Amino acid sequence: MSYDIRTRAQVHFGVFFQGVNHTTIWSDPASGSQIDFETFRRMITTAERGLFDAFFLGEGLRLREQDGKILDLDIAGRPDAIAQLSALAAITEHIGLVATQNTTYNEPGDLARRLAGLDILSDGRAGWNAVTTDNAWTGENFRRGGFLDHELRYERAGQFIRTARAIWDSWDDDTNAARHLDVSTSQFDISLDATLPRSPQGHPVIFQAGDSPTGRDFAAANADVIFSGHGTHFDDALAFADDIRARLLAAGRPADDIKILPGTQIVLAEKASEVEEKRRWVLDGQYTGQTALSLAGLVWGRDLSDLDPDGPLPADDPVPAPISVTRGAARDGKDPIAIAKQWRALADAKNLSLREVVIETSERSGFVGTPGQVADELTRWVRAGASDGFNISPYIVPGGLDEIVDWLVPELQERGAYRTEYTSTTLRGHLGLREPLTRRQNTTTDGSATG
Amino acid sequence: MSIFALGIELDGEGSHPAAWRRASHPPSESLSGRTLTQKVRAAENAGFTLATFDDSIVPPRSGLGARVDAVNRASFVAAATSTIGLVPVVETTYAEPFHTSSQLATLDYASRGRGGWIPTRVADPAAARAWGRTLLTDQADLDREQGDSVTVVRDLWDSWDDDAVIRDHASGRFLDRDKLHYVDFEGVTFTVKGPAIVPRPPQGQLVVFGTEADRELVDVVLVTDPARRSDGLTFVEIAVTLDTPGVTATDRLAALNEHHQAPESSRLEYVGPATGFVELLADLAAHADGVRLFPTVIDEDLPVLARYVLPALFKSGVAHRPVPGSSLRGNLGLVRPANRYARV
Repeated sequence: MSYDIRTRAQVHFGVFFQGVNHTTIWSDPASGSQIDFETFRRMITTAERGLFDAFFLGEGLRLREQDGKILDLDIAGRPDAIAQLSALAAITEHIGLVATQNTTYNEPGDLARRLAGLDILSDGRAGWNAVTTDNAWTGENFRRGGFLDHELRYERAGQFIRTARAIWDSWDDDTNAARHLDVSTSQFDISLDATLPRSPQGHPVIFQAGDSPTGRDFAAANADVIFSGHGTHFDDALAFADDIRARLLAAGRPADDIKILPGTQIVLAEKASEVEEKRRWVLDGQYTGQTALSLAGLVWGRDLSDLDPDGPLPADDPVPAPISVTRGAARDGKDPIAIAKQWRALADAKNLSLREVVIETSERSGFVGTPGQVADELTRWVRAGASDGFNISPYIVPGGLDEIVDWLVPELQERGAYRTEYTSTTLRGHLGLREPLTRRQNTTTDGSATG
Repeated sequence: MSIFALGIELDGEGSHPAAWRRASHPPSESLSGRTLTQKVRAAENAGFTLATFDDSIVPPRSGLGARVDAVNRASFVAAATSTIGLVPVVETTYAEPFHTSSQLATLDYASRGRGGWIPTRVADPAAARAWGRTLLTDQADLDREQGDSVTVVRDLWDSWDDDAVIRDHASGRFLDRDKLHYVDFEGVTFTVKGPAIVPRPPQGQLVVFGTEADRELVDVVLVTDPARRSDGLTFVEIAVTLDTPGVTATDRLAALNEHHQAPESSRLEYVGPATGFVELLADLAAHADGVRLFPTVIDEDLPVLARYVLPALFKSGVAHRPVPGSSLRGNLGLVRPANRYARV
């Protein structure tokens, strides 16, 4: 698929403050607090200086565990997303503020209200990354408790988003008052008066990240933006984007009605000769010896923390069924014996230590190069329709955006592929999105969206 | 007592249902961040120690019928102020204590230790319907949810030791997991495992305010009858209408009541000139630790408080401006509490 408009398409940037995972380096002296407000102030100020569309916060509902114990190797401890973004709204003027919020352990009457509050206080800059959870382990922190059947999580999420939109739509502009709203579905039975009018952008912008066929259809039916996992390989990203465009058309929406912002990492070095060294430095920080042992432990299904990470892989085979489960972490199990065999072959062939094997086999993530090289590549992606921009996870906070804003953004601007000033005031406007789905006169003839 | 702290309720345009008619901005600006910041900054500049923000999932029955939730309001002004304590109402009857704990801890980080909390019961059946939860109306049920919620929120605030983040390069550990604690709370209607997702807030525990019924749960007891005294800190709630240049308080109140009769309140009420109010507060200071003022119209009464009342109290030493850089606990004379879980 190609679009004429794409020859002038602009790269959109968001920053995803992860708050979890080993990919945020904490061992370097430049690594700041993960929780002090100053860290967030500096990050968002830099992102706004770099004319980013959005600042994006994850959500934690339970600290990660491995082998039944709290995972102690990675960064942890993060703020409530909406409260933190409200605080950040007061010290920024343009940048969008996106909160990841779970549809399983929230209720629409409350969450729609808090998102609308952020949207009003920020004059239309709020976004909601709607995520689902189905496990009883997270539920142990909530009233609802228990386990939401896997099949039901998207049913609940869909009903949740439609209910939230109905709450936002229930404010009558003519009378400037709420129309009473009743919602009765398989998941919700509520009756309320909304407490807020809509902001200048209508509804908070809805992000979604699911990647399964169900998740993609869910996005095509409900989302404004997809925070995808396809941010490393061009062909993979293009195939994903084409698939989403097809699903949008099938859902009766224009093919460009969803903006796709893959999560990615960008590593920059000023000179081509320094790129490999910089890449290596980042990987070394992300895969400490203990993190490598922990990740290998997931394959072997047992605690390997007493091994020497700079020594060889374990001599024995993994137990067939992993006895440990990492909860709340992204790694899920393929056949551990096959992985171990593959790893041993690699170690033998290249004479690698355990840690080197873990680094070598880790999922390559994002873009590495000089600012000019990366700018060319990002521009190519966006103009070929593989994505509309990127949601960047800095590998270090709070300084991880400095090089991107100071080096990469000017390169993109020189290529005419990046805004030189904000030209709208809302997140919906920055992203070039149409009106909220439930507030359109005619979905198919409205051509207001641009890249 | 050594302190006499001045608090002010800043929900909406004031405590009177017709207050919006006297606001100094058009109704369309009533909900904006600019208007909110202006009010809270005015209170901070006047020398108030804390601002409170009323709230409910049920919209206000009068005035504009709209409001942003109190945690969002308090968080929004956190970075735009530097000294004043920020104390939102969060209802306990149907809310998720885990979320409430995270939201308030985040407020404390964003405000660098100026966060507080007024946990409230919500008896209005409309709240249960808005949440989609089983209606609770028995006082015993409301009391139990209040008690369990405050208890588990406080437990969660302590579920990280202050020094749980160790960044130990030698062992590769970011956290010391022995300094994180499962709270394992088991109540009648919910259980919470923990630990919190937010590290221990800067104040250790935010300052919790409540009525005498919550004496055991809170740091500061709010009373409507100035003759009442409670263990610990006691703040008297006072509805206040002051003379403004050219208009007496009585006339102001009468005009507002012509639009919308103010409902009966059990609070102590003062209607009159600033001088008399200064005397009233000076008397109260002898046996209370502070006040929470409910201005009838914020945009009219706050300027009089700022210009005449607070300066007189500061001059006579009845009250003091909060100390910049100090936590809300510090400004109320409360120590930073030890962690209930930490091993010595």
